[in-house]
Amino acid sequence: MSTALLTDLVIFVLSLWVGFEVISKVPATLHTPLMSAANSIHGIVLVGAMLIAATTNSWIGYLIAFVAAMFASANVVGGYVVTGRMLKMFRRRPAAQAPVPAAETGTVASRNGQAS
Amino acid sequence: MSGFSFATQLIYVLAASCFVLGLHLMNNPATARRGNQFSTAGMAIAVATTLALIAHAGVISTTGWIVMLAGALVGGGIGLYAARTVQMTAMPQLVSMFNAVGGGAAALVAIHDYIRLAAAAAGPAESITVTTLLDVIIGSVTFSGSIIAAGKLQGVITSAPVSFPGARAVNLLLAAAGLAAGGYVISTPSLAALWVVVVASLAFGVLMVMPIGGADMPVVISLLNAFTGTAVAMAGFVIGNWALIIAGALVGASGGILTKLMADAMNRSIANIIVGGFGTGDSTVAAVGGAGASVRTIAADDAAIQLAYASKVIIVPGYGLAAAQAQHEVAELADLLESRGVDVSYAIHPVAGRMPGHMNVLLAEANVPYPQLKEMDEVNPEFARTDVALVIGANDVTNPAARRPGTAISGMPILDVDQAKSIIVIKRSMGHGYAGIDNELYTDPKTSMYFADAKTALADLASAVKTLVA
Repeated sequence: MSTALLTDLVIFVLSLWVGFEVISKVPATLHTPLMSAANSIHGIVLVGAMLIAATTNSWIGYLIAFVAAMFASANVVGGYVVTGRMLKMFRRRPAAQAPVPAAETGTVASRNGQAS
Repeated sequence: MSGFSFATQLIYVLAASCFVLGLHLMNNPATARRGNQFSTAGMAIAVATTLALIAHAGVISTTGWIVMLAGALVGGGIGLYAARTVQMTAMPQLVSMFNAVGGGAAALVAIHDYIRLAAAAAGPAESITVTTLLDVIIGSVTFSGSIIAAGKLQGVITSAPVSFPGARAVNLLLAAAGLAAGGYVISTPSLAALWVVVVASLAFGVLMVMPIGGADMPVVISLLNAFTGTAVAMAGFVIGNWALIIAGALVGASGGILTKLMADAMNRSIANIIVGGFGTGDSTVAAVGGAGASVRTIAADDAAIQLAYASKVIIVPGYGLAAAQAQHEVAELADLLESRGVDVSYAIHPVAGRMPGHMNVLLAEANVPYPQLKEMDEVNPEFARTDVALVIGANDVTNPAARRPGTAISGMPILDVDQAKSIIVIKRSMGHGYAGIDNELYTDPKTSMYFADAKTALADLASAVKTLVA
């Protein structure tokens, strides 16, 4: 067993503990954005895909690099954008208070129309 | 270690710190968006560093650059499109697909590393093959398992548990074949044996998720999320990169916590969910007093009077609300009640949606302010002071039978809806929940049933309240 492997293991275990500590404080309200943020973060595997492309010189290597880079960047970009989209919806107070009553009266009229 | 690679490793640790900080900021909805930006900054730093590293090493071919950029552009484009267009009700499918590609990419990194080293004369060192093996196995299981999970959530594959005679034997056989081939790869480097591991793992992933029912999806997605993180961390071991190890461990921890929370909320062990589907019909304990008792129904006008003259209303949304896409209607009714001075809040059970926190996102999309969304432990003491509890499409999580031993859901944490002064349940029929037992809440004398589709029912209630007020 090499020193490098040991170092890697120590980093892995300590990061797990940091993860447990930090994430157990995330409220249930945000668990879905948390998961998509995690999707974005595990997109870091893109770094591995890039290093494949940098070291290979066989067609199978290029194929693997292409697919891995595609998968990983879908994670990075998609995870980030969809997390942002969700978090933008979490508001303390409804965004537009003023226009709501007007819109509501509209719906009432149409609903009553349907009912009668 | 040269000065340059020393510096790059340090910058990778900086990137990983951004991930930790980003996740830390997600402990509050007010700071969460900044957290997401921190994570992204970390990712940008990591990618830029890698580009610098590759350019500095100077061994990359022109084809290599083209392949890398093309892959990133195509993948990024697909990710962007999916993220922009996805409906909030379809979030679980999207997260599942993102788990799949993450696990797939991690497995590919290990497979390539093995091919490269096997091509070199001496064969890889033993410790490299162990982590490579783990990466390949976990990554492949995640890839195929997540695709099946996404298919079930999308309705492309039936959400009912799918199993066949001898399925367990086939699973064991696959696991044995994978382990045997894996053991062989460790002792004697062999690319063929590695492919056996890949195929066995892919098949195992399919067979692991197929027998799991739709109700258990929150656990499955969380578990596969944890798998993806672990696979990425293993990829970090394989290529010796700390950023991957740290980020993977963080995601693994996150998925692990969510898996535990979801399993606890359903009062089931993780092993139990993986081994056998829920609702497979083996929970036959009869509910006490369920069959003979009669239920009381209520008309929209009477329900509207109760709601409009209450001082405190708690809305209990369940999967039925999400299935009927009625989140906007419920928000509209709540607004109406609030404008009359009624104190309205939402009681959200941890497994109310199809993934952790799903219901919160659906309600946030319908403009419900997040301080109104209350977690189970926070809201339970409030039911006793509540005039009307409005239950919409939630079943097992409100069943008081869970407090008694001897029922299929005994011990499951529930919302104490039965302690409210009166209860209105909107439901399509007297059908059972996933646990397949009668809900004693429905026969409680304080309860009135409103049989209708959630969307129509809420619209009718809202217009009845408006007529009443006008």
